[in-house]
Amino acid sequence: MTYNAGSGHPGGSLSAVDILTALYFHQLAVDPADPRWPDRDRFVLSKGHVCPALYAVLAEKGFFPKAALWTLRRPESILQGHPDMRLTPGVEMSTGSLGQGLSVACGMALAARLDAKEYTVYCMLGDGEVQEGNVWEGAMFAAHQRLDNLIAILDRNRLQIEGFTEDVVALDPLADKWRAFGWEVLLLADGHDMRQILAVLDAAMPRQGKPKIILAHTIKGKGVSFMENQAEYHGRALTAAEMDRARQELAIPGFQVEDHDR
Amino acid sequence: MTVKRAMAAARDAFGRTLVELGRTHREIVVLGADLSSSTRINWFAEAFPDRFFECGIAEENLITVAAGLATCGKMPFASTFAVFETERAYNQIRQAVAYPNLNVRLVCTHSGVTVGPDGASHQTTFDVAIMRVLPNMTVLVPADAPETAAAVRAMVSHQGPIYMRLGRTPVRTFYDDDYSYNGVKHRFEIGRSVELRRGRDVAIICNGVMVAEALDAADALAAEGVDARVINMHTVKPLDETAILQAAGETGALVTAEEHSLIGGLGGAVAEVVARHHPVPVEMVGVPDIYTESGEAEELLHLYGLTAHEIAAAARRAVNRR
Repeated sequence: MTYNAGSGHPGGSLSAVDILTALYFHQLAVDPADPRWPDRDRFVLSKGHVCPALYAVLAEKGFFPKAALWTLRRPESILQGHPDMRLTPGVEMSTGSLGQGLSVACGMALAARLDAKEYTVYCMLGDGEVQEGNVWEGAMFAAHQRLDNLIAILDRNRLQIEGFTEDVVALDPLADKWRAFGWEVLLLADGHDMRQILAVLDAAMPRQGKPKIILAHTIKGKGVSFMENQAEYHGRALTAAEMDRARQELAIPGFQVEDHDR
Repeated sequence: MTVKRAMAAARDAFGRTLVELGRTHREIVVLGADLSSSTRINWFAEAFPDRFFECGIAEENLITVAAGLATCGKMPFASTFAVFETERAYNQIRQAVAYPNLNVRLVCTHSGVTVGPDGASHQTTFDVAIMRVLPNMTVLVPADAPETAAAVRAMVSHQGPIYMRLGRTPVRTFYDDDYSYNGVKHRFEIGRSVELRRGRDVAIICNGVMVAEALDAADALAAEGVDARVINMHTVKPLDETAILQAAGETGALVTAEEHSLIGGLGGAVAEVVARHHPVPVEMVGVPDIYTESGEAEELLHLYGLTAHEIAAAARRAVNRR
Protein backbone atom coordinates (compact mmCIF):
# COMPACT_ATOMS: atom_id res chain seq x y z
CA MET A 1 0.00 0.00 0.00
CA THR A 2 2.71 2.50 0.93
CA TYR A 3 4.75 1.43 -2.11
CA ASN A 4 1.72 2.00 -4.27
CA ALA A 5 1.07 5.37 -2.61
CA GLY A 6 4.72 6.38 -2.92
CA SER A 7 4.83 7.48 0.73
CA GLY A 8 3.74 6.42 4.20
CA HIS A 9 5.07 4.56 7.21
CA PRO A 10 5.87 0.92 6.45
CA GLY A 11 8.28 0.24 9.34
CA GLY A 12 5.90 0.86 12.20
CA SER A 13 3.05 -0.72 10.27
CA LEU A 14 4.97 -3.98 10.23
CA SER A 15 5.77 -3.79 13.94
CA ALA A 16 2.07 -3.30 14.78
CA VAL A 17 0.29 -5.50 12.27
CA ASP A 18 0.43 -8.82 14.11
CA ILE A 19 -1.12 -7.29 17.21
CA LEU A 20 -3.76 -5.49 15.11
CA THR A 21 -4.60 -8.79 13.42
CA ALA A 22 -5.02 -10.50 16.78
CA LEU A 23 -7.21 -7.69 18.04
CA TYR A 24 -9.59 -7.65 15.09
CA PHE A 25 -9.76 -11.40 14.46
CA HIS A 26 -9.68 -12.67 18.03
CA GLN A 27 -10.38 -10.02 20.60
CA LEU A 28 -12.61 -7.13 19.58
CA ALA A 29 -16.38 -7.44 19.50
CA VAL A 30 -17.02 -5.43 16.35
CA ASP A 31 -19.44 -5.78 13.47
CA PRO A 32 -18.22 -4.75 10.01
CA ALA A 33 -21.85 -4.60 8.85
CA ASP A 34 -22.66 -2.12 11.63
CA PRO A 35 -19.48 -0.15 12.36
CA ARG A 36 -21.29 2.17 14.80
CA TRP A 37 -22.92 -0.62 16.84
CA PRO A 38 -23.14 1.08 20.27
CA ASP A 39 -21.96 -1.94 22.29
CA ARG A 40 -18.85 -2.62 20.21
CA ASP A 41 -15.38 -2.70 21.65
CA ARG A 42 -13.37 0.38 20.72
CA PHE A 43 -9.87 0.52 19.31
CA VAL A 44 -7.97 3.81 19.10
CA LEU A 45 -4.81 3.84 17.01
CA SER A 46 -2.97 6.61 18.80
CA LYS A 47 0.14 6.06 16.65
CA GLY A 48 -1.96 7.03 13.66
CA HIS A 49 0.89 6.93 11.15
CA VAL A 50 0.78 3.13 11.03
CA CYS A 51 -2.74 3.23 9.63
CA PRO A 52 -1.77 1.21 6.54
CA ALA A 53 -1.68 -1.81 8.85
CA LEU A 54 -5.02 -0.86 10.41
CA TYR A 55 -6.61 -0.26 7.01
CA ALA A 56 -5.44 -3.65 5.75
CA VAL A 57 -6.87 -5.38 8.81
CA LEU A 58 -10.18 -3.47 8.58
CA ALA A 59 -10.50 -4.35 4.89
CA GLU A 60 -9.72 -8.01 5.59
CA LYS A 61 -12.36 -7.92 8.32
CA GLY A 62 -14.90 -6.56 5.82
CA PHE A 63 -15.36 -2.93 6.92
CA PHE A 64 -14.76 -1.72 3.35
CA PRO A 65 -13.71 -3.25 0.02
CA LYS A 66 -10.06 -4.18 -0.35
CA ALA A 67 -9.88 -2.21 -3.58
CA ALA A 68 -9.86 0.94 -1.42
CA LEU A 69 -6.42 -0.04 -0.09
CA TRP A 70 -4.85 0.97 -3.40
CA THR A 71 -6.28 4.48 -3.12
CA LEU A 72 -4.34 5.22 0.09
CA ARG A 73 -3.11 8.82 0.29
CA ARG A 74 -4.80 9.80 -2.98
CA PRO A 75 -7.35 12.62 -3.42
CA GLU A 76 -10.92 11.58 -2.59
CA SER A 77 -9.81 8.32 -0.99
CA ILE A 78 -11.57 7.04 2.12
CA LEU A 79 -8.06 6.18 3.33
CA GLN A 80 -6.21 9.31 4.38
CA GLY A 81 -2.51 9.42 5.19
CA HIS A 82 -3.53 9.35 8.86
CA PRO A 83 -6.79 7.94 10.27
CA ASP A 84 -10.01 9.88 9.69
CA MET A 85 -13.03 8.57 11.61
CA ARG A 86 -15.42 10.44 9.32
CA LEU A 87 -14.14 8.82 6.14
CA THR A 88 -13.12 5.29 7.03
CA PRO A 89 -15.63 2.71 8.33
CA GLY A 90 -14.22 1.06 11.44
CA VAL A 91 -11.83 3.87 12.37
CA GLU A 92 -12.87 5.04 15.84
CA MET A 93 -10.85 8.24 16.11
CA SER A 94 -9.04 10.69 13.89
CA THR A 95 -5.42 10.53 14.95
CA GLY A 96 -2.02 11.36 13.53
CA SER A 97 -0.93 14.12 15.88
CA LEU A 98 0.86 11.95 18.43
CA GLY A 99 0.01 11.66 22.09
CA GLN A 100 -3.74 12.19 21.97
CA GLY A 101 -5.24 8.73 21.65
CA LEU A 102 -4.89 7.54 25.23
CA SER A 103 -6.98 10.38 26.67
CA VAL A 104 -9.53 9.88 23.89
CA ALA A 105 -9.71 6.21 24.91
CA CYS A 106 -10.21 7.37 28.52
CA GLY A 107 -13.24 9.37 27.35
CA MET A 108 -14.65 6.31 25.62
CA ALA A 109 -14.09 4.21 28.74
CA LEU A 110 -15.87 6.82 30.87
CA ALA A 111 -18.78 6.78 28.44
CA ALA A 112 -19.03 2.99 28.84
CA ARG A 113 -19.21 3.42 32.59
CA LEU A 114 -21.87 6.15 32.34
CA ASP A 115 -24.00 4.04 30.02
CA ALA A 116 -23.42 0.81 31.99
CA LYS A 117 -22.00 -0.87 28.91
CA GLU A 118 -19.60 -3.78 28.99
CA TYR A 119 -17.37 -2.86 26.08
CA THR A 120 -13.60 -2.63 26.40
CA VAL A 121 -11.52 0.21 24.98
CA TYR A 122 -8.13 -0.62 23.46
CA CYS A 123 -5.52 1.92 22.52
CA MET A 124 -2.24 1.34 20.71
CA LEU A 125 0.60 3.74 21.45
CA GLY A 126 3.95 4.05 19.77
CA ASP A 127 7.00 4.00 21.98
CA GLY A 128 8.45 7.25 20.65
CA GLU A 129 4.95 8.65 21.05
CA VAL A 130 5.09 8.46 24.84
CA GLN A 131 7.55 11.34 24.79
CA GLU A 132 4.40 13.46 24.39
CA GLY A 133 3.12 14.96 27.65
CA ASN A 134 -0.51 14.34 26.74
CA VAL A 135 0.15 10.59 27.15
CA TRP A 136 1.12 10.99 30.79
CA GLU A 137 -1.77 13.34 31.49
CA GLY A 138 -4.03 10.57 30.21
CA ALA A 139 -2.12 7.90 32.12
CA MET A 140 -2.56 9.77 35.39
CA PHE A 141 -6.24 10.40 34.65
CA ALA A 142 -7.00 6.77 33.71
CA ALA A 143 -5.53 5.47 36.95
CA HIS A 144 -7.31 8.12 39.00
CA GLN A 145 -10.61 7.13 37.40
CA ARG A 146 -9.81 3.41 37.86
CA LEU A 147 -10.57 2.73 34.21
CA ASP A 148 -10.30 -1.04 34.20
CA ASN A 149 -12.21 -1.23 30.93
CA LEU A 150 -9.20 0.37 29.25
CA ILE A 151 -6.30 -1.64 27.84
CA ALA A 152 -3.35 0.14 26.25
CA ILE A 153 -0.81 -1.59 24.06
CA LEU A 154 2.60 -0.01 23.66
CA ASP A 155 4.34 -1.00 20.43
CA ARG A 156 7.88 -1.10 21.77
CA ASN A 157 9.93 -1.30 18.60
CA ARG A 158 12.61 0.94 20.12
CA LEU A 159 12.86 3.19 17.08
CA GLN A 160 11.64 6.64 16.16
CA ILE A 161 12.43 8.87 13.18
CA GLU A 162 15.76 10.09 14.48
CA GLY A 163 17.00 6.71 15.70
CA PHE A 164 16.77 4.53 18.80
CA THR A 165 14.38 5.89 21.42
CA GLU A 166 17.04 5.39 24.08
CA ASP A 167 19.37 7.67 22.11
CA VAL A 168 16.78 10.32 21.22
CA VAL A 169 15.10 10.77 24.62
CA ALA A 170 15.33 7.62 26.72
CA LEU A 171 12.07 5.94 27.75
CA ASP A 172 13.25 3.12 29.99
CA PRO A 173 12.43 1.89 32.51
CA LEU A 174 9.00 1.95 30.84
CA ALA A 175 7.33 -0.72 32.97
CA ASP A 176 8.34 1.09 36.15
CA LYS A 177 7.01 4.37 34.80
CA TRP A 178 3.59 2.91 34.01
CA ARG A 179 3.41 1.07 37.33
CA ALA A 180 4.29 4.31 39.12
CA PHE A 181 1.40 5.96 37.29
CA GLY A 182 -0.96 3.35 38.74
CA TRP A 183 -1.22 0.94 35.83
CA GLU A 184 -1.08 -2.83 35.73
CA VAL A 185 1.74 -3.76 33.34
CA LEU A 186 1.71 -6.92 31.23
CA LEU A 187 4.72 -7.93 29.19
CA LEU A 188 4.56 -9.35 25.70
CA ALA A 189 8.02 -10.68 24.95
CA ASP A 190 7.41 -11.21 21.24
CA GLY A 191 4.77 -9.03 19.67
CA HIS A 192 4.93 -11.11 16.51
CA ASP A 193 4.26 -14.52 18.08
CA MET A 194 0.52 -15.01 17.66
CA ARG A 195 0.26 -17.49 20.53
CA GLN A 196 1.88 -14.99 22.91
CA ILE A 197 -0.23 -12.11 21.63
CA LEU A 198 -3.48 -14.00 22.14
CA ALA A 199 -2.40 -15.12 25.59
CA VAL A 200 -1.59 -11.61 26.79
CA LEU A 201 -4.81 -10.18 25.34
CA ASP A 202 -6.75 -12.83 27.26
CA ALA A 203 -4.73 -12.20 30.41
CA ALA A 204 -5.59 -8.49 30.20
CA MET A 205 -9.35 -9.12 30.26
CA PRO A 206 -10.17 -9.46 33.98
CA ARG A 207 -11.22 -6.10 35.43
CA GLN A 208 -9.40 -5.37 38.64
CA GLY A 209 -9.88 -1.68 39.26
CA LYS A 210 -6.88 -0.48 37.27
CA PRO A 211 -6.11 0.34 33.65
CA LYS A 212 -3.71 -2.09 32.01
CA ILE A 213 -0.91 -1.65 29.55
CA ILE A 214 0.71 -4.36 27.48
CA LEU A 215 4.34 -3.59 26.77
CA ALA A 216 4.76 -5.32 23.44
CA HIS A 217 8.30 -5.93 22.28
CA THR A 218 8.23 -5.72 18.53
CA ILE A 219 10.52 -5.26 15.56
CA LYS A 220 10.13 -2.27 13.31
CA GLY A 221 9.96 -3.48 9.71
CA LYS A 222 9.26 -7.06 10.87
CA GLY A 223 9.30 -9.65 8.10
CA VAL A 224 11.53 -7.84 5.64
CA SER A 225 15.17 -8.42 6.51
CA PHE A 226 16.60 -5.14 5.32
CA MET A 227 13.82 -3.11 6.98
CA GLU A 228 14.05 -4.72 10.39
CA ASN A 229 15.27 -2.42 13.15
CA GLN A 230 16.05 0.35 10.67
CA ALA A 231 14.77 3.82 11.50
CA GLU A 232 15.14 4.72 7.85
CA TYR A 233 11.94 2.85 6.99
CA HIS A 234 9.86 4.76 9.54
CA GLY A 235 8.44 7.20 7.06
CA ARG A 236 9.38 6.31 3.53
CA ALA A 237 8.01 3.92 0.96
CA LEU A 238 10.18 1.23 -0.59
CA THR A 239 11.88 1.75 -3.93
CA ALA A 240 11.02 -0.60 -6.80
CA ALA A 241 14.13 -2.69 -6.17
CA GLU A 242 13.44 -2.86 -2.44
CA MET A 243 9.86 -3.83 -3.14
CA ASP A 244 10.99 -6.71 -5.34
CA ARG A 245 13.25 -7.99 -2.56
CA ALA A 246 10.48 -7.60 0.03
CA ARG A 247 8.06 -9.51 -2.17
CA GLN A 248 10.51 -12.37 -2.53
CA GLU A 249 11.09 -12.54 1.20
CA LEU A 250 7.37 -12.47 1.95
CA ALA A 251 6.55 -15.13 -0.68
CA ILE A 252 5.49 -17.68 1.87
CA PRO A 253 3.55 -20.71 0.56
CA GLY A 254 -0.09 -19.98 -0.12
CA PHE A 255 0.37 -16.23 0.30
CA GLN A 256 0.03 -13.97 -2.69
CA VAL A 257 1.44 -10.47 -2.68
CA GLU A 258 -0.94 -8.61 -4.92
CA ASP A 259 0.54 -6.52 -7.67
CA HIS A 260 -0.77 -3.05 -8.32
CA ASP A 261 0.51 -0.38 -10.59
CA ARG A 262 1.67 2.75 -8.97
CA MET B 1 -31.73 55.58 28.83
CA THR B 2 -32.05 52.31 26.98
CA VAL B 3 -29.17 50.54 28.69
CA LYS B 4 -30.04 48.95 32.00
CA ARG B 5 -27.39 49.16 34.64
CA ALA B 6 -27.86 45.85 36.42
CA MET B 7 -24.60 43.92 36.61
CA ALA B 8 -24.28 40.17 36.20
CA ALA B 9 -21.47 37.83 35.23
CA ALA B 10 -21.89 35.76 32.10
CA ARG B 11 -20.13 32.82 33.75
CA ASP B 12 -22.82 32.72 36.44
CA ALA B 13 -25.49 32.50 33.76
CA PHE B 14 -23.48 29.73 32.09
CA GLY B 15 -23.18 27.70 35.29
CA ARG B 16 -26.86 28.08 36.15
CA THR B 17 -28.09 27.23 32.66
CA LEU B 18 -25.87 24.17 32.50
CA VAL B 19 -27.49 22.80 35.66
CA GLU B 20 -30.93 23.54 34.26
CA LEU B 21 -30.12 21.72 30.99
CA GLY B 22 -28.46 18.86 32.84
CA ARG B 23 -31.81 17.80 34.24
CA THR B 24 -33.36 17.21 30.85
CA HIS B 25 -30.30 16.38 28.73
CA ARG B 26 -28.70 13.25 30.08
CA GLU B 27 -26.08 13.36 27.31
CA ILE B 28 -24.48 16.46 28.82
CA VAL B 29 -21.24 15.75 30.66
CA VAL B 30 -18.93 18.41 32.04
CA LEU B 31 -15.15 18.44 32.31
CA GLY B 32 -12.94 20.82 34.25
CA ALA B 33 -9.26 21.54 34.72
CA ASP B 34 -8.86 22.59 38.36
CA LEU B 35 -10.73 25.86 37.79
CA SER B 36 -14.25 24.57 38.17
CA SER B 37 -15.37 27.05 40.78
CA SER B 38 -14.04 29.92 38.68
CA THR B 39 -15.84 28.71 35.56
CA ARG B 40 -18.99 27.89 37.58
CA ILE B 41 -19.14 24.30 36.37
CA ASN B 42 -18.79 23.27 40.01
CA TRP B 43 -22.55 23.88 40.23
CA PHE B 44 -23.09 21.14 37.66
CA ALA B 45 -20.60 18.93 39.53
CA GLU B 46 -22.63 19.34 42.73
CA ALA B 47 -25.92 18.60 40.97
CA PHE B 48 -24.68 15.72 38.78
CA PRO B 49 -21.48 14.30 40.27
CA ASP B 50 -21.57 11.21 38.05
CA ARG B 51 -21.45 13.35 34.92
CA PHE B 52 -18.64 15.63 35.98
CA PHE B 53 -14.98 14.78 35.36
CA GLU B 54 -12.05 16.61 36.85
CA CYS B 55 -9.18 16.35 34.36
CA GLY B 56 -6.53 18.06 36.46
CA ILE B 57 -4.22 20.87 35.42
CA ALA B 58 -3.92 19.21 32.05
CA GLU B 59 -5.73 21.00 29.23
CA GLU B 60 -4.59 18.54 26.56
CA ASN B 61 -6.15 15.77 28.63
CA LEU B 62 -9.29 17.89 29.15
CA ILE B 63 -9.89 18.25 25.43
CA THR B 64 -8.99 14.73 24.38
CA VAL B 65 -11.06 13.06 27.12
CA ALA B 66 -13.97 15.27 26.03
CA ALA B 67 -13.42 14.15 22.44
CA GLY B 68 -13.54 10.49 23.46
CA LEU B 69 -16.81 11.04 25.33
CA ALA B 70 -18.26 12.82 22.30
CA THR B 71 -17.48 9.85 20.02
CA CYS B 72 -19.79 7.82 22.26
CA GLY B 73 -22.76 10.18 21.93
CA LYS B 74 -22.12 12.42 24.92
CA MET B 75 -22.19 16.20 24.75
CA PRO B 76 -19.15 17.29 26.73
CA PHE B 77 -18.76 20.85 28.00
CA ALA B 78 -15.03 21.39 28.59
CA SER B 79 -14.44 24.55 30.57
CA THR B 80 -11.43 26.35 31.88
CA PHE B 81 -9.83 29.75 31.34
CA ALA B 82 -9.89 30.79 27.69
CA VAL B 83 -6.15 31.36 27.43
CA PHE B 84 -5.27 27.87 28.66
CA GLU B 85 -7.97 25.93 26.83
CA THR B 86 -7.47 27.54 23.43
CA GLU B 87 -3.71 27.95 23.48
CA ARG B 88 -2.42 25.01 25.54
CA ALA B 89 -4.65 22.49 23.81
CA TYR B 90 -4.95 24.07 20.38
CA ASN B 91 -3.72 21.08 18.44
CA GLN B 92 -5.99 18.78 20.46
CA ILE B 93 -8.94 21.06 19.64
CA ARG B 94 -7.99 21.01 15.97
CA GLN B 95 -7.16 17.31 15.63
CA ALA B 96 -9.49 15.59 18.10
CA VAL B 97 -12.50 17.95 18.13
CA ALA B 98 -12.79 20.20 15.06
CA TYR B 99 -11.38 17.85 12.41
CA PRO B 100 -13.71 14.96 13.35
CA ASN B 101 -16.53 17.51 13.87
CA LEU B 102 -17.42 16.25 17.34
CA ASN B 103 -20.10 17.74 19.60
CA VAL B 104 -17.70 19.20 22.15
CA ARG B 105 -18.62 22.54 23.72
CA LEU B 106 -15.56 24.58 24.58
CA VAL B 107 -17.00 27.13 26.97
CA CYS B 108 -14.22 29.29 28.35
CA THR B 109 -14.31 32.00 30.96
CA HIS B 110 -11.82 34.74 31.91
CA SER B 111 -11.43 35.77 28.29
CA GLY B 112 -10.30 39.13 26.98
CA VAL B 113 -8.60 41.77 29.11
CA THR B 114 -11.38 42.07 31.69
CA VAL B 115 -9.90 39.11 33.57
CA GLY B 116 -7.89 42.00 34.94
CA PRO B 117 -5.07 42.07 37.51
CA ASP B 118 -3.65 38.61 36.67
CA GLY B 119 -2.05 40.21 33.63
CA ALA B 120 -0.97 39.05 30.20
CA SER B 121 -0.44 35.38 31.09
CA HIS B 122 -4.13 35.07 31.97
CA GLN B 123 -5.66 37.49 29.47
CA THR B 124 -6.45 36.37 25.95
CA THR B 125 -7.06 38.61 23.00
CA PHE B 126 -6.24 36.02 20.32
CA ASP B 127 -8.76 33.27 21.04
CA VAL B 128 -11.43 34.31 18.54
CA ALA B 129 -8.82 34.53 15.79
CA ILE B 130 -7.38 31.08 16.36
CA MET B 131 -10.76 29.43 16.89
CA ARG B 132 -12.51 30.92 13.91
CA VAL B 133 -9.85 29.73 11.49
CA LEU B 134 -10.70 26.10 12.32
CA PRO B 135 -13.07 24.46 9.82
CA ASN B 136 -16.25 23.08 11.50
CA MET B 137 -15.83 25.35 14.54
CA THR B 138 -18.63 27.68 15.64
CA VAL B 139 -17.52 30.74 17.62
CA LEU B 140 -19.85 32.55 20.03
CA VAL B 141 -19.22 35.77 21.96
CA PRO B 142 -22.32 36.61 24.01
CA ALA B 143 -22.82 40.10 25.37
CA ASP B 144 -24.37 39.68 28.80
CA ALA B 145 -25.85 37.13 31.20
CA PRO B 146 -29.27 36.63 29.53
CA GLU B 147 -27.63 36.22 26.14
CA THR B 148 -25.19 33.71 27.60
CA ALA B 149 -28.08 31.66 28.95
CA ALA B 150 -29.80 31.80 25.55
CA ALA B 151 -26.57 30.73 23.83
CA VAL B 152 -26.03 27.75 26.14
CA ARG B 153 -29.58 26.58 25.44
CA ALA B 154 -29.01 26.95 21.69
CA MET B 155 -25.84 24.85 21.91
CA VAL B 156 -27.73 21.75 22.92
CA SER B 157 -29.44 21.29 19.58
CA HIS B 158 -26.40 22.23 17.47
CA GLN B 159 -24.29 19.66 15.64
CA GLY B 160 -20.52 20.13 15.67
CA PRO B 161 -17.97 21.81 17.94
CA ILE B 162 -18.58 25.22 19.52
CA TYR B 163 -16.21 27.66 21.16
CA MET B 164 -17.79 30.25 23.45
CA ARG B 165 -15.83 32.94 25.26
CA LEU B 166 -17.10 34.48 28.48
CA GLY B 167 -15.67 37.07 30.80
CA ARG B 168 -14.85 36.96 34.47
CA THR B 169 -16.32 40.19 35.75
CA PRO B 170 -19.95 41.18 36.06
CA VAL B 171 -21.03 43.19 33.03
CA ARG B 172 -23.99 45.42 32.33
CA THR B 173 -27.14 43.48 31.58
CA PHE B 174 -29.23 44.99 28.83
CA TYR B 175 -31.27 42.04 27.65
CA ASP B 176 -34.20 41.00 29.81
CA ASP B 177 -34.24 37.46 31.12
CA ASP B 178 -36.44 36.37 28.20
CA TYR B 179 -33.86 37.74 25.72
CA SER B 180 -35.93 40.77 24.84
CA TYR B 181 -34.40 44.20 24.49
CA ASN B 182 -36.26 47.49 24.59
CA GLY B 183 -39.55 45.64 24.54
CA VAL B 184 -38.64 43.59 21.48
CA LYS B 185 -38.40 39.84 21.98
CA HIS B 186 -35.50 38.23 20.14
CA ARG B 187 -34.61 34.64 19.49
CA PHE B 188 -31.02 33.52 19.90
CA GLU B 189 -30.03 31.71 16.77
CA ILE B 190 -26.44 30.60 16.14
CA GLY B 191 -25.17 32.43 13.06
CA ARG B 192 -27.86 35.09 13.09
CA SER B 193 -27.03 38.53 14.44
CA VAL B 194 -29.44 40.75 16.38
CA GLU B 195 -30.13 44.33 15.31
CA LEU B 196 -30.54 46.14 18.61
CA ARG B 197 -30.99 49.58 17.16
CA ARG B 198 -31.93 50.76 13.71
CA GLY B 199 -29.83 53.39 11.97
CA ARG B 200 -29.00 54.72 8.50
CA ASP B 201 -25.73 56.64 8.83
CA VAL B 202 -23.33 54.07 10.22
CA ALA B 203 -23.52 50.50 11.55
CA ILE B 204 -21.67 49.39 14.68
CA ILE B 205 -21.03 45.66 14.54
CA CYS B 206 -19.99 44.43 17.95
CA ASN B 207 -20.05 41.57 20.41
CA GLY B 208 -19.29 40.65 24.01
CA VAL B 209 -18.83 43.44 26.51
CA MET B 210 -18.62 45.97 23.68
CA VAL B 211 -22.31 45.71 22.83
CA ALA B 212 -23.39 47.74 25.87
CA GLU B 213 -20.70 50.30 25.01
CA ALA B 214 -21.94 50.45 21.42
CA LEU B 215 -25.48 51.14 22.59
CA ASP B 216 -24.17 54.04 24.67
CA ALA B 217 -22.14 55.28 21.71
CA ALA B 218 -25.25 55.19 19.54
CA ASP B 219 -27.06 57.38 22.08
CA ALA B 220 -24.20 59.87 22.03
CA LEU B 221 -24.12 59.87 18.24
CA ALA B 222 -27.88 60.40 18.06
CA ALA B 223 -27.46 63.59 20.08
CA GLU B 224 -25.16 64.82 17.28
CA GLY B 225 -27.63 63.80 14.60
CA VAL B 226 -25.74 60.67 13.56
CA ASP B 227 -28.12 57.74 13.22
CA ALA B 228 -26.16 54.63 14.21
CA ARG B 229 -27.31 51.06 13.72
CA VAL B 230 -26.14 48.59 16.39
CA ILE B 231 -25.73 44.95 15.40
CA ASN B 232 -24.92 42.39 18.06
CA MET B 233 -22.77 39.87 16.20
CA HIS B 234 -22.80 37.22 18.92
CA THR B 235 -21.70 34.57 16.42
CA VAL B 236 -18.36 35.26 14.78
CA LYS B 237 -18.52 31.98 12.88
CA PRO B 238 -20.59 31.20 10.93
CA LEU B 239 -20.74 34.93 10.28
CA ASP B 240 -24.04 36.62 9.44
CA GLU B 241 -22.82 37.98 6.11
CA THR B 242 -26.32 38.98 5.08
CA ALA B 243 -26.67 41.45 7.95
CA ILE B 244 -23.16 42.83 7.34
CA LEU B 245 -23.71 43.39 3.63
CA GLN B 246 -27.14 44.87 4.27
CA ALA B 247 -25.58 47.29 6.76
CA ALA B 248 -22.77 48.11 4.33
CA GLY B 249 -25.28 48.78 1.58
CA GLU B 250 -27.70 50.82 3.65
CA THR B 251 -25.28 52.86 5.78
CA GLY B 252 -22.05 52.86 3.73
CA ALA B 253 -19.89 53.01 6.87
CA LEU B 254 -19.06 50.32 9.41
CA VAL B 255 -17.48 50.18 12.85
CA THR B 256 -16.47 46.96 14.56
CA ALA B 257 -15.98 46.75 18.32
CA GLU B 258 -14.65 43.79 20.31
CA GLU B 259 -12.61 42.93 23.40
CA HIS B 260 -10.05 41.15 21.22
CA SER B 261 -7.01 41.82 19.11
CA LEU B 262 -7.55 43.95 16.03
CA ILE B 263 -5.97 41.05 14.16
CA GLY B 264 -8.17 38.15 13.21
CA GLY B 265 -11.25 38.74 15.34
CA LEU B 266 -14.68 40.19 14.56
CA GLY B 267 -13.15 43.22 12.83
CA GLY B 268 -11.07 41.00 10.59
CA ALA B 269 -14.04 38.79 9.81
CA VAL B 270 -16.24 41.76 8.89
CA ALA B 271 -13.47 43.30 6.78
CA GLU B 272 -13.02 40.01 4.89
CA VAL B 273 -16.69 40.05 3.95
CA VAL B 274 -17.00 43.67 2.86
CA ALA B 275 -13.66 43.64 1.03
CA ARG B 276 -14.91 40.78 -1.11
CA HIS B 277 -18.50 41.80 -1.68
CA HIS B 278 -19.19 45.43 -0.85
CA PRO B 279 -16.18 47.62 0.02
CA VAL B 280 -17.04 50.41 2.44
CA PRO B 281 -14.97 52.18 5.12
CA VAL B 282 -14.50 49.98 8.20
CA GLU B 283 -13.17 51.45 11.45
CA MET B 284 -12.11 48.94 14.08
CA VAL B 285 -12.18 49.23 17.87
CA GLY B 286 -10.20 46.50 19.60
CA VAL B 287 -6.97 45.64 21.36
CA PRO B 288 -3.77 46.60 19.52
CA ASP B 289 -1.07 44.07 18.61
CA ILE B 290 0.49 43.94 22.07
CA TYR B 291 0.60 41.81 25.22
CA THR B 292 -1.87 43.41 27.56
CA GLU B 293 -1.09 44.20 31.19
CA SER B 294 -2.41 44.02 34.74
CA GLY B 295 -5.14 46.32 35.99
CA GLU B 296 -8.76 46.31 37.01
CA ALA B 297 -11.20 45.49 34.23
CA GLU B 298 -12.55 49.02 33.92
CA GLU B 299 -9.06 50.49 33.89
CA LEU B 300 -7.97 48.16 31.12
CA LEU B 301 -11.04 48.82 28.99
CA HIS B 302 -10.17 52.52 29.15
CA LEU B 303 -6.45 51.89 28.59
CA TYR B 304 -7.11 50.01 25.36
CA GLY B 305 -9.90 52.27 24.16
CA LEU B 306 -12.67 49.71 24.55
CA THR B 307 -15.27 52.34 25.43
CA ALA B 308 -18.41 54.00 24.12
CA HIS B 309 -16.34 57.15 23.65
CA GLU B 310 -13.89 55.43 21.28
CA ILE B 311 -16.68 53.66 19.41
CA ALA B 312 -18.42 57.00 18.82
CA ALA B 313 -15.14 58.52 17.59
CA ALA B 314 -14.64 55.58 15.24
CA ALA B 315 -18.18 56.01 13.94
CA ARG B 316 -17.52 59.68 13.14
CA ARG B 317 -14.33 58.69 11.28
CA ALA B 318 -16.19 56.04 9.31
CA VAL B 319 -18.94 58.49 8.36
CA ASN B 320 -16.37 61.06 7.25
CA ARG B 321 -14.62 58.47 5.05
CA ARG B 322 -17.82 57.58 3.24
